[in-house]
Amino acid sequence: MPDTDSNTAAGFVPQSSIPQISIPPISLRRRVMDHVMTGVAVLTVALVLLPLFAIFAYLVYKGIGSINLAFLTQIPKPPGEPGGGMANAIVGSMVILAIASLLGVPLGIGAGIFLSEYGRNRYGDIVRFVSDVLNGVPSIVIGIVAYGLVVMRQKHFSALAGGVALAIMMVPTIARTTEQMLLLVPQAIREAAYGLGVSRWRTTLSITLRTATSGVITGVMLAFARVAGETAPLLFTAFGNQYWNWRTDQPTAALSLQIFTYAISPFDEWHRQAWAGALVLIVLIVGAVAAVRIAVKHGTLAGA
Amino acid sequence: MSNQALPRPRFNAPNPEPGSKAALKVEARTTPLLQGKVSEVPDVAFGWAMRLCGLAVVALLGLIVYQLVVGSALSWHAFGWKFFGQSDWNPVSDQYGALPFMYGTIVSSLLALVIAVPLSLGVAVFITEMCPVSLRGILSFTTELLAAIPSVVYGLWAIFVLVPILREYVQPFLASTLGWTGLFSGPPYGIGMLAAGVILAIMIIPIISSITREVLTVVPQHQREAVLALGATRWEMIRMGVLRNARAGIVGAIILGLGRALGETMAVTMVIGNRPEIAKSLFAPGYTMASVLANEFTEATGDLYLSALIEIGLALFFVTIVVNALARLMVWSVTRGQPARSIA
Repeated sequence: MPDTDSNTAAGFVPQSSIPQISIPPISLRRRVMDHVMTGVAVLTVALVLLPLFAIFAYLVYKGIGSINLAFLTQIPKPPGEPGGGMANAIVGSMVILAIASLLGVPLGIGAGIFLSEYGRNRYGDIVRFVSDVLNGVPSIVIGIVAYGLVVMRQKHFSALAGGVALAIMMVPTIARTTEQMLLLVPQAIREAAYGLGVSRWRTTLSITLRTATSGVITGVMLAFARVAGETAPLLFTAFGNQYWNWRTDQPTAALSLQIFTYAISPFDEWHRQAWAGALVLIVLIVGAVAAVRIAVKHGTLAGA
Repeated sequence: MSNQALPRPRFNAPNPEPGSKAALKVEARTTPLLQGKVSEVPDVAFGWAMRLCGLAVVALLGLIVYQLVVGSALSWHAFGWKFFGQSDWNPVSDQYGALPFMYGTIVSSLLALVIAVPLSLGVAVFITEMCPVSLRGILSFTTELLAAIPSVVYGLWAIFVLVPILREYVQPFLASTLGWTGLFSGPPYGIGMLAAGVILAIMIIPIISSITREVLTVVPQHQREAVLALGATRWEMIRMGVLRNARAGIVGAIILGLGRALGETMAVTMVIGNRPEIAKSLFAPGYTMASVLANEFTEATGDLYLSALIEIGLALFFVTIVVNALARLMVWSVTRGQPARSIA
């Protein structure tokens, strides 16, 4: 190279050796377009965040004023009478969700283990695809299925039917997240266990699944949070109830059902309670998720 | 030489009498290490139990199809394909036609897409391409928070906040500016197709934008750099280098949003007006397939009535299955086998 500029040493090509290309300046139209589109993007973010804040602000504003001890400890009063609460609905929701988790979580985790440990093949692909499809089935259709499966046979609405409906909805989400979490566990850890003579099932449960515990639990909580607020599949399975019910084979009140009934009713008092119920519902969902998160972090469930 | 530093393996247990309790204990602890002979029964059993769980997922889908097909047989035999072509819905004379509900479902979902797609694309582009990294996490968390709100709470908010706003401000404005199209005419009730479309849009924005974001992030960085090196502005880079490469995935995200909108029940039921009519105006009340199920299923007295409702459920099921399968395949084609994060 003829030029002994110091730049050559640093790897730069000297200016004189490249042909001079005249780069036209970016035209005004293009520059304006760039700014306009940036502005549009910012605007869309604002437009999307607006309803979010509106919903939360309104929920807290309307809900806080209506929550009192009676709301949390009493059952609904007949329309027109002031007072009363949703205690039976809160308990009912918990019962239905407990049934759903009892049925859905083991099945979902099992399917997830199958997908990651046994399903790296065509059969696994089928299950993977089916669970993604299942994830998109409208919740109301799941309600019809639970109606046919449980309600038609028992001849009446029940908490069990509601639990079955929600369990069906939990399975695909749990299966897919469990699979992804198990796949994140390095192969070497499994091999280390095999190398020590640990059998495959023991490796899967005590090594692979345990390593991925917090991720799997996050997936379970995701599924839980998703179904906790569901109303549509409960309409004709759990059905709702204005009184206390402790039996799983009887119509049971649920918080989301109660909110729906109250929201479309013509009574102001019930509207007020619907807001309170919505706030309690969201607080319960967030609370449950947070509680499990904390438990995972501080080791109470670390061995699970 | 470093071998000497390693602790010696601890196999120096005294040899107990064969058959004694201590011998059994030692054997149990050391057998797999020394001989590698383990019973295969639990292993095989566990493997099949897990396969059974996987099979159960497929069986669940089969069960859903079975329940719907068997439940709707009566109505299918009575009406055949006519069920989807006639608009008469009359439980008193046992005449059932699903047309108004199909119309309501399609129109409300399309309306939701028209509103939601530009907004969610804007949000996704802003978060992946424009916003400072510090804001990125917060923004995506907040938009996903929208997805965590239960449907019934959206409905509640829509009844008491959205509908009055539409009635007082938006609908009179639309009627005076765009009333000539015929889409925005009639009395502004607030409740109706427009309200359903808007609340659906708010509900599907998080889905579309989070999947679009995922698709945009897998567009290789060098695509962006190449376009920028050619002298493009940032917007041109996004348009040519990013959006164009990701379009199949974006279409997939939009279709997934559509799938969610088609099956959405509670919020729509609460604001759409629930009248089985086909009206051109978006101000008019309508009815969707999901909301007729929500409202009438428990009140269905006759066998044929119930069967007709289940057939609507079956139709809804098939439409959403097809839409979702299509969308999955499109998203997969971009994220290259990496399954899209399941949507909560």
